[in-house]
Amino acid sequence: MTSVARTERPGAVWAAPALLFFGLFGLAPVVIVACLSLTSWNGLGTPEWVGLDNWRALPEDPHVGPGLLTTLALTVLTWATQTPLALMFGAWAAGPQRVRAVAGAVFFLPLLLSTAAIALVWQALLDPNFGVSAQIGPYIGLVDGNVLGDRSLALYAIVFVLLWQFLPFHMLLYQAAARQIPASLYEAAEIDGAGPAQRFRSITVPQLRHTIIASSVLILVGSMTYFETILLLTGGGPGTATRILPLHMYLQGFSAFRMGYASAIAVLLVLIGTGLSLLVVRVSGYARMTSEREGA
Amino acid sequence: MPTMTAGPERGRPPAAGAAGSERPRYRRGRRGHRGRPAYGAGIGAAAWLIAVVVPLYYLVVTSFRGRGGYMEDGPLALPDELTLDNYLRVFEIGFLRFLGNSLVVATGAVVLVLAVALPAAFAIVRSRSRIVRVGFVLFLLGLAVPAQAVIIPIYLLITRLHLYDSLAAVVLPTAAFALPVSVVVLTSSLRDVPGSLYEAMALDGAGNLQVFWRLVLPLSRSGVVTVAIFVGLNAWNNFLFPLVLTQSEETRVLPLGLWAFQTQYGTDVPGLMAAVVLSALPVFALYLFGRRHLLGGLAAGFGK
Repeated sequence: MTSVARTERPGAVWAAPALLFFGLFGLAPVVIVACLSLTSWNGLGTPEWVGLDNWRALPEDPHVGPGLLTTLALTVLTWATQTPLALMFGAWAAGPQRVRAVAGAVFFLPLLLSTAAIALVWQALLDPNFGVSAQIGPYIGLVDGNVLGDRSLALYAIVFVLLWQFLPFHMLLYQAAARQIPASLYEAAEIDGAGPAQRFRSITVPQLRHTIIASSVLILVGSMTYFETILLLTGGGPGTATRILPLHMYLQGFSAFRMGYASAIAVLLVLIGTGLSLLVVRVSGYARMTSEREGA
Repeated sequence: MPTMTAGPERGRPPAAGAAGSERPRYRRGRRGHRGRPAYGAGIGAAAWLIAVVVPLYYLVVTSFRGRGGYMEDGPLALPDELTLDNYLRVFEIGFLRFLGNSLVVATGAVVLVLAVALPAAFAIVRSRSRIVRVGFVLFLLGLAVPAQAVIIPIYLLITRLHLYDSLAAVVLPTAAFALPVSVVVLTSSLRDVPGSLYEAMALDGAGNLQVFWRLVLPLSRSGVVTVAIFVGLNAWNNFLFPLVLTQSEETRVLPLGLWAFQTQYGTDVPGLMAAVVLSALPVFALYLFGRRHLLGGLAAGFGK
């Protein structure tokens, strides 16, 4: 930007309201949560300083280890289901055929429902007495179709509900990106006699690699939000089968009112989340890519 | 209509577009007739279509089904008769209030975000101030802060501000966490404005305020639509903040209303489905009448 004459430029005061506001509700909480993790606080009254007590209690908590594993399993499973399917369907829906455009419009419908709505609809569908699973269950070896009440199946049921909820969003990203792939690449491949599977593997996937990385980061970081679905569907049960760490934090804080201890779990979550993102960024060079895109 | 170009492609260029957005895209009819069609993906897509449609069919049909019919016919049967009773029942338990609360929260968050993010984006694009540059980096860092992990300090802040169990308690953090994405979207839509336009206005003697009103606001319209939809949807669907920051029926928003309905009247599945349909109607209307804008707003979360 070269400035001719004496162009008046806006000062910091224009950005001040946004910065102050975001500082108070977005950044300060990160510092506060770290401080709270060194206190004992029941949600009312004043937090009391207890030093590292909460942190010492973390390894002793029987829910933390398994919760961490469940979180990891859920994250891996959601990534492994959502990424390939979103890539395939997104690229498919990007095609010029009318039927694909119509199917794409239907694919996006779950985006219109809130997390709470989707969780509650699926809870009704999976109800062992009146739901669809009660009808289908017997045919696939589940006598009462009680998927959500089954220790070994509940997590997979949640992975499926999350797939149903989030696949359209990632499909949307892939569809938009796939439309930017030059047609000439496909035409050349067709002349060379490449079939659809081969075209997908050697043109679509490499051309969409940036989108694949971005979408994967979103899935990894987004696994934090999954606890709302779990809270509504199973409450972390049966037993502790679906009690992922963010849900454990929520229950410790707002059911058991051990806010100090819950803050320690929260700090752990922030560290894991940031660590994961940094790892993906390092491995994939995502930072270079975003700065290219934002022009920052 | 200039706003027609506001879609995922316009608001935020998709990643692959960075390589060269001016390359020809494939056009209708150029593929598909030549070469073999993609049967594999087609069959997969058909299967997923069923997986999407069946629950939606269940949701809509059940919401019009009599309570007795639901128990007897089974969940997927075609109903004998359709009734609006479920919807009436949902309205009787105060659903309109929840709807109103959600509207207030969504509108409040959109207005608040735009009011602070637009001037900030203007400053980020035009200012030479060091503070502004550092501020932009803070916003980019803020993209990585998950709301879930800081819900306890937010609760602390809201109770200390004596806002607990008010709609403002939901609006403030909702707006704050939508701010980084909004600033990034608005900034990138303002970067497209050529510097010569600013200089021309400055030559006419226009001050910052005038430039903001007469140049920045009109030219960032597509970004504003994208941000408004992104923030509005986030606020409309938000579950965690209202769950933790409100308590009474007076401040209940739709997602919490759905949950409360399910907890209180667990066996009234047709009523619950009617409530779900009602909660999605405004978003569905938006999808019908402004699909490009809606999808653009959704994809704004890309950076999140």
